Amino acid sequence: MFFTYLRRELRNRRKQTIVVAIGLSVAIALVIVVSSVSTGVKNAQSEVLESVYGVGTDITVTQPAGGPGEGAAPARRFDFGEEDGEASEDGTRSLAQDRLSTAMGSTSFDAAALETVSGLDHVSGVAATLDLQNMSFSGEMPDMEALQEGDGPATLQMGPDGAGEGSAGGSSFEIEQFTVTGVDPDAAAVGPLTTAEVADGRTLAADDENVAVLDATYAEQQGLAVGDTITAGGKDLEIVGTVASSTGDGVATASDAYLPLATAQTLADLADQVTDVYVQVDSAENVDAVAAAVEDELPDASVSTQSDLAEGVTGSLSTASNLIGTLGTWLSAIVLAAAFGLAILFTVSGVNRRTRELGTLKAIGWSKGRVVGQVAGESVVQGLIGGAAGLALGALAVWAVNLSGITLSGASGGFTMGGGTGPMSAGAVQGGDTAPEGAGGSAFGERADTLAGAAGNAVDVVLQAPVSLWIVLAAVGLAVLGGLLAGVVGGQRAARLRPAEALRSLA
Amino acid sequence: MYQIDDLTKTYRQGKRVVRALRGVSLTIGDGELVAVQGPTGGGKSTLLQMLGGLDRPTSGTVKLDGTDLAGMSDAQLTAARAETIGFVFQNFNLIPTLTALENVETALVPARLARQSRTARALAALDSVGLGDRGDHLPGELSGGQQQRVAIARALVKNPKVLLADEPTGNLDEETRDEIVDLIEGLWKEQGLTIVLVTHDSVVARRTPRRLRIAKGAMKELSAA
Repeated sequence: MFFTYLRRELRNRRKQTIVVAIGLSVAIALVIVVSSVSTGVKNAQSEVLESVYGVGTDITVTQPAGGPGEGAAPARRFDFGEEDGEASEDGTRSLAQDRLSTAMGSTSFDAAALETVSGLDHVSGVAATLDLQNMSFSGEMPDMEALQEGDGPATLQMGPDGAGEGSAGGSSFEIEQFTVTGVDPDAAAVGPLTTAEVADGRTLAADDENVAVLDATYAEQQGLAVGDTITAGGKDLEIVGTVASSTGDGVATASDAYLPLATAQTLADLADQVTDVYVQVDSAENVDAVAAAVEDELPDASVSTQSDLAEGVTGSLSTASNLIGTLGTWLSAIVLAAAFGLAILFTVSGVNRRTRELGTLKAIGWSKGRVVGQVAGESVVQGLIGGAAGLALGALAVWAVNLSGITLSGASGGFTMGGGTGPMSAGAVQGGDTAPEGAGGSAFGERADTLAGAAGNAVDVVLQAPVSLWIVLAAVGLAVLGGLLAGVVGGQRAARLRPAEALRSLA
Repeated sequence: MYQIDDLTKTYRQGKRVVRALRGVSLTIGDGELVAVQGPTGGGKSTLLQMLGGLDRPTSGTVKLDGTDLAGMSDAQLTAARAETIGFVFQNFNLIPTLTALENVETALVPARLARQSRTARALAALDSVGLGDRGDHLPGELSGGQQQRVAIARALVKNPKVLLADEPTGNLDEETRDEIVDLIEGLWKEQGLTIVLVTHDSVVARRTPRRLRIAKGAMKELSAA
């Protein structure tokens, strides 16, 4: 009788059933989409972070640019004396120079910090890196000696955006630039190389000296392979391997070239200096405490935890994250509340309309529990119908989101670029895809691309919104909860009905 | 069957205190057919509610087979209504979404019978009111008289001791009214039920052996068997 009556009631009040089910299903679908897209965005965010900072990094320690200490960013300039290079007969002079210095926005500091941090409680792993930038100048300039009698050195100064003049009155030159990270081969558990896997050759070994491992994407761009050499800081280094990001195909690793830390320090003339210290903490709950301890020990350092880093992810990824975080959550909460309200309203109005009917059932001996159960049962089934429809709708929407292959671009440049050059990182992200064509098609276009990729740490991630079992269970649970809520409110009303209503309420 | 002593019922209607029953005392014997007449608002329906355990008196006792309904718990009252008392209402009060047969079956739901015996008993009850062939009709597809027959079958299917009818012919035309009264009279004679029939229709009331009149909450015996 329970199911017969329930079925008949729902079928008889088809419009109400459909409206409540649609309301609930839209709300449920929205909850599914928002939570799965939000999971997708979070995954993308950690993918970006991992590709830059490596897996397992809980805290990074850097030195703010321009802060006190010995490592102020050096001027990026090439100085040539009048005797430099080789003069040719046509009145030009061929010049080449190679400069390895700290990456823009990075400031080096004493490697003693590594010891300090590793001595702290709850620190399970530490690795230091030296983020460098190699700029090489090669080209022909008018032979100053031949052209004029002036004594002063010809100076070409590069702006930080790499946009030097392409020609300077009869001169032609190229400026190449790539990022170099000096890593400690011993500390493989933490740091940027944890998400890199060997693509060719081998990775750095403990006793390596004057060798380099290249990012596979960069090597391909430059036509370099294992066994070739690459010049950094004026020294030819043998390429012993290439590495690719383990977080996705075609995702660049954090740097173009990786050198043994000692080699990098020597070439950059930065003995015992590092730019980043990566810290691994034994458990998540100690992260904040360790970060505070590091701040105490190294008052000049800038200490960032994973959550700080996540906030530092810029680009469309950050926009998506904010959108999902605020608008999405609020929207689902509002629609869910509206759907619950609708279900309750309809159930209560249904009970009111059925006062005589339910009163009659009480009068002929139906217990309060049976009447309440009947009313609540109808609501719960309505909720289940809504939940099932919502599940289908939500799955469809998530499928559409995944199928559309939304690409989110994220950069964690805010950290590696440091204080003063913040806007640069955003610019670099935007420019990452368009620079090759947009910058005039000259040799500089390619440089701009390289520069953007290297400086901004921009990573494109295709949004994959996963629908987990938990999301499904939560959605169905919400639908049943909506039905139950309506059933409880409606049922309470029905329970309060006096059987005498059957006699009183006249049609 | 019923022993009623000094029964009063007052309730509030806004700021007004309504004294629906003012010290009614009454005895209804087993197998009696009693008509209760009176003007609207005189206390007829209130008395019926007290007899059916649908509401509790303000003071006094309503003994059904020696047990005071006023002293029963809600669950006991529910059980009494499920087993002992059958109701027939002016507006039939059938569940519009259930068929005639299913409507009759609702009265057997509290008895937790097996589905088959429940259906069989409901069919027999429908048969006894002459609607054995209308079991699968919805109330909306039946005439007023047929609906009231279904309601009577619903009241009687559980073999109650008492049948309480609230204006059972109030919504019916004269011809149908007579049919229903014939039916009730026949059931009374056949089954020896105790029947209390509230009506403002003198024609209906005159066909019963005992007539009571209730006005302004006070009871008056008009004729006794």
